[in-house]
Amino acid sequence: MANLSLKNVPQAIVESQIWKSIFRHGYTMNRRNRLLAITNNVFYHILPTKISKYGVRMRFHWGAGIITFYLFLILTFTGVLLMFYYVPTVPRAYYDMKDLQHVVPFGNILRNMHRYGAHAMVFMVMVHMARTFYTSSYKPPREFNWVVGVILLNFTFLLSFSGYLLPWDQLAIWAVTVGTNMARATPLIGHEGPFANLIGMKVNNDIRFALLGGTTVGSATLLRFYVLHCIGFPIILTIFIVVHFWRVRRDGFSGDVPVRE
Amino acid sequence: MARAAGALSAEEHATRRRLLSFLGWGSFVSFFSGVTIGSLRFFFPRILYEPSQQFIAGKPEDYQVGEVSTRMKKEQRVWMIRDQMGIYALISVCTHLGCTPIWHSTENRIKCPCHGSNFLVDGQNVAGPAPSPLFRAAISLDLAGNIVVDKSQKENQPGKRDEPPFILPLS
Repeated sequence: MANLSLKNVPQAIVESQIWKSIFRHGYTMNRRNRLLAITNNVFYHILPTKISKYGVRMRFHWGAGIITFYLFLILTFTGVLLMFYYVPTVPRAYYDMKDLQHVVPFGNILRNMHRYGAHAMVFMVMVHMARTFYTSSYKPPREFNWVVGVILLNFTFLLSFSGYLLPWDQLAIWAVTVGTNMARATPLIGHEGPFANLIGMKVNNDIRFALLGGTTVGSATLLRFYVLHCIGFPIILTIFIVVHFWRVRRDGFSGDVPVRE
Repeated sequence: MARAAGALSAEEHATRRRLLSFLGWGSFVSFFSGVTIGSLRFFFPRILYEPSQQFIAGKPEDYQVGEVSTRMKKEQRVWMIRDQMGIYALISVCTHLGCTPIWHSTENRIKCPCHGSNFLVDGQNVAGPAPSPLFRAAISLDLAGNIVVDKSQKENQPGKRDEPPFILPLS
C-alpha cells in the first residue's frame, strides 16, 4: 500500500469498474477516439457529427428548434413545481391558481414562467417551421423529420389547449367550451359531423364526450385535461422529440450546400 | 412426390411450429386489442353526475307580458320570455360554439360575447356567425301550477317552436 497517496486517487477512480461501466472506455486514448468520445455523445454534441460552417450560422438556423426545446424543459420544470400546489377540482382550482400568484413564495414568477413560456413555445415552434420551410430543409432526405415536426406541433397545441382550462376562470371555461364544441363537427366521430349518424353518434357517445367526460365542460373535464396536460401529452411529446433529434443527427443539416454565399 | 416446388404438403401445413406460432401471435394480438378497446371504452363513463335537465321556473303569473326574465339564467342558462301567445324558455347557448349570450334590453337584442352573434327575442339569428336560431326548451305546467322546463327536449325551427310543448299558451 505504498502508492496510496492523494495523487493516485483520480487514477484509481477512473480505472475502477464502476467508472468504466458508466463511461465505457475500452479504447486507446488516441486523437481519433477522443474526438469520437465527444461527437458520439448526445450531451456534448447534439448536432450532427459532420456539419458545414454555413449550417451552424445563426442566420441560417435561427436557433429556433433548440429554443423551443429549452422552453419545453422550462415548462416541464415549472409545471412540476406548480403541481405541488394546484388541485384540479372545481372548488379549488381557481383559488389555488390565485394562491400561487399571491401567497406561495415565488409562485407568481413560476406561474408566469409557465404561462409565458407556453406562449413562447407555440410561437417558437411556428418560427422553427417557417425557417425550415424557407430554407427548404423539409425536402428529402429530411421529409420524414418534417412529419415528426408536424406531430410535435400538434402536441404543442394540445398541451397549450389543455393547459388553458386549468386556471378555471371564465376565459378558460368558455375558450374550452368553444374549442370542444368544434369537435362536435368531427367527421364520423363527432355527433354533428358528416356521416356521424351512420354509426349512431349522439351527444353522449362521441369524441367530444370522451374529451369532456360529460356533455358540458365540468369537473370531469378539468380532471381529464389536467391528467392529459401533465402526463399524457408530455410523454408522447418527449417520445417524438427523441425521434426528431435522432433524425437531425442522422440526416444532417440542410445548410451543407449553400445556394449562394 | 409429385407436387409443385415451394408448395407445402399436408404434414408441413400442420406442424407443431405453425400451431404454436398461431397461438402465440393470436394471444399477443387478442391481448393488446383487448387492452386497446378496453382503454378506449374506459373514457366513456356509464353514469354522469350532471345536474338534471328539468327544473321548476315559478308560476305563470310571475312573468309579465313582454318581459325577458333573466331570473333562471345564472343557474339554468334559460331566459323565461312571455309574449302575447304565452311563455317560452329560450336556452342561452349560442348556436355558433356554445357560449352564453347576453340579453341587452336597451337594444332589444341578444348578443353573444364570444364571436358577436345577434339574436332577436324569439331566438332568430340576425347577425354574426351563428348558423341557426336559439333553441327553446319544452315547457309545461305541473299539477300544482308550476312551470316545468325540460332542456333535454328542444326546438328552434319557426312553426314547430311556436307550438306546445315549446310554448306554454296563456290567454
